[in-house]
Amino acid sequence: MSVTHRLWYGNTGPVLVVIAAIMVLWYGFVVVLNAPWERDQAGRAGTTITTSQLIANTMAQERPVLPAPHQVIAELWDTTVNKNITSKRSLVYHGWITLSATLLGFVIGTLFGILIAVGIIHSRAMSASVMPWVVASQTIPILAIAPMIIVVLNAVGLSGLLPKALISTYLSFFPIVVGMVKGLRSPEAIQLDLMHTYSASRWQIFRKLRWPSAMPYLFTSMKVAVAISLVGAIVGELPTGAVAGLGARLLAGSYYGQTIQIWSALFAAAALAAGLVMIVGIAHRMVLKRMGMAA
Amino acid sequence: MNTTLVIGAVVFWLSAWAINEWLVRLKPAGVAGARAIGLAVPFLFGVSLLVLWEGITRGFHVPTVLLPPPSMIWARIINSLPILAADFRQTFLKAVIVGYAAGCGLGFIVAILIDRSPFLQRGLLPLGNFVSALPIIGIAPIMVMWFGFDWQSKAAVVIIMTFFPMLVNTVQGLAASGSMERDLMRTYAAGYWQTLYKLRLPAASPFIFNALKINSTLALIGAIVAEFFGTPIVGMGFRISTEVGRMNVDMVWAEIAVAALSGSVFYGVVTLIERAVTFWHPSVRGG
Repeated sequence: MSVTHRLWYGNTGPVLVVIAAIMVLWYGFVVVLNAPWERDQAGRAGTTITTSQLIANTMAQERPVLPAPHQVIAELWDTTVNKNITSKRSLVYHGWITLSATLLGFVIGTLFGILIAVGIIHSRAMSASVMPWVVASQTIPILAIAPMIIVVLNAVGLSGLLPKALISTYLSFFPIVVGMVKGLRSPEAIQLDLMHTYSASRWQIFRKLRWPSAMPYLFTSMKVAVAISLVGAIVGELPTGAVAGLGARLLAGSYYGQTIQIWSALFAAAALAAGLVMIVGIAHRMVLKRMGMAA
Repeated sequence: MNTTLVIGAVVFWLSAWAINEWLVRLKPAGVAGARAIGLAVPFLFGVSLLVLWEGITRGFHVPTVLLPPPSMIWARIINSLPILAADFRQTFLKAVIVGYAAGCGLGFIVAILIDRSPFLQRGLLPLGNFVSALPIIGIAPIMVMWFGFDWQSKAAVVIIMTFFPMLVNTVQGLAASGSMERDLMRTYAAGYWQTLYKLRLPAASPFIFNALKINSTLALIGAIVAEFFGTPIVGMGFRISTEVGRMNVDMVWAEIAVAALSGSVFYGVVTLIERAVTFWHPSVRGG
């Protein structure tokens, strides 16, 4: 098979074509959405503006309705590479603050979720009474409580990383519980019977059968959990009065109409999410490979 | 500190737990009995949590700014029904319902449109999966700038948030019918649309309902969070963020209770429709 054939019939080619189409559409919208302001400016100055000049201007506005992709990329480059990492203008600084809250919340949420799942597996009363509430609580817009948790914890003197991490914990703990309960229950009756014939204790069954067979479920849930943790951390930064973090960048950008800043924060968040999901995915593959379960 | 209240609440909680332990060990005779126990156990657990909450906040004199007792929240709900109703109308009936319907509808239509082009499917599916993992909520300030402070900007956020899960799930669902069944449709000389309507859409409905359920939660979150970036002076997100600033925590909790209730009812309605439509699916038959 030639390279071009593989590109075309694999996923890479189509994805690239779709991305290219999105870029073309984006530039089209940049011209359409930003043109009224340029015309208005020209009208006020009493000059007429040529079409080519108009199009060039729409892509270089300082506060465009929709910034052009190259403006966003330039801003990203400027705020990550050209600024000192400790500077408040550096996106790396803000990204790190969000990332640390995300990771702390994700780790606590994962451990807590596994603990609850183990309890649900081993106690029928807990399974019957807690599980419906775990499912029901997923339908509740937890993110709506985020500002209150932050403000209230601030009032009692807890501020900084932990309140944001708690929101991430709350969000990431649900997918883990649901996935782990499913995973820990996934061994079939015949396998459990085999463990019984070995006269294995509850702990041994857990350690040697339930835990390993729950691994694929755990990692699938962790991918969802880490993405949602990031959302939690970003929303958690909104009510703190735009101090630091990607969420604060979004809020400050919307206050001052700095659209390029909003878009670059958005792209940074997207890159962070993609990176986190990818790392979990790599860990997933490595663990399954070591356990001899790789597909 | 009022020890009797605390001890009373803990005793109630422990006895509820004991009753639950006893209930799950019962072997009821009929289906109705089993169902009653299945409802009673989580109900009792929920009630005991509320009692424990009430007892601890009152017993230890927890400042109401930190965590108001449930009775106080309930009183606040009763007292401010008109405000809560207005917020509910603004956020739920306008932004959520409109955005949800438009987002899910658009996702569905685009999935049908690209169904005949494997090339577009291969291009859009990985991107759709990728976008589903992104913090799309961050688009809220941009939408508020574009569409103004009223509910239209919130509906736009909800549309974007619900579009991708629907697209991805519908495309996957349309591929779910087996080749045997499709061959059968061919031997009947069924056209593309007949096959789609009679075989592939029913086969895809578990996937589609999965997306509808995911989206019901996402839509409410999207609308509420988008209101943090600017609203007219009504709406659930607006109320939460302003009352937090004024330290009226009981009002915030009342709003959260309304949000939780409407979110659960929304989810429940979608689940009921799912049960009616996909009655043939193993997970509904109870297999």
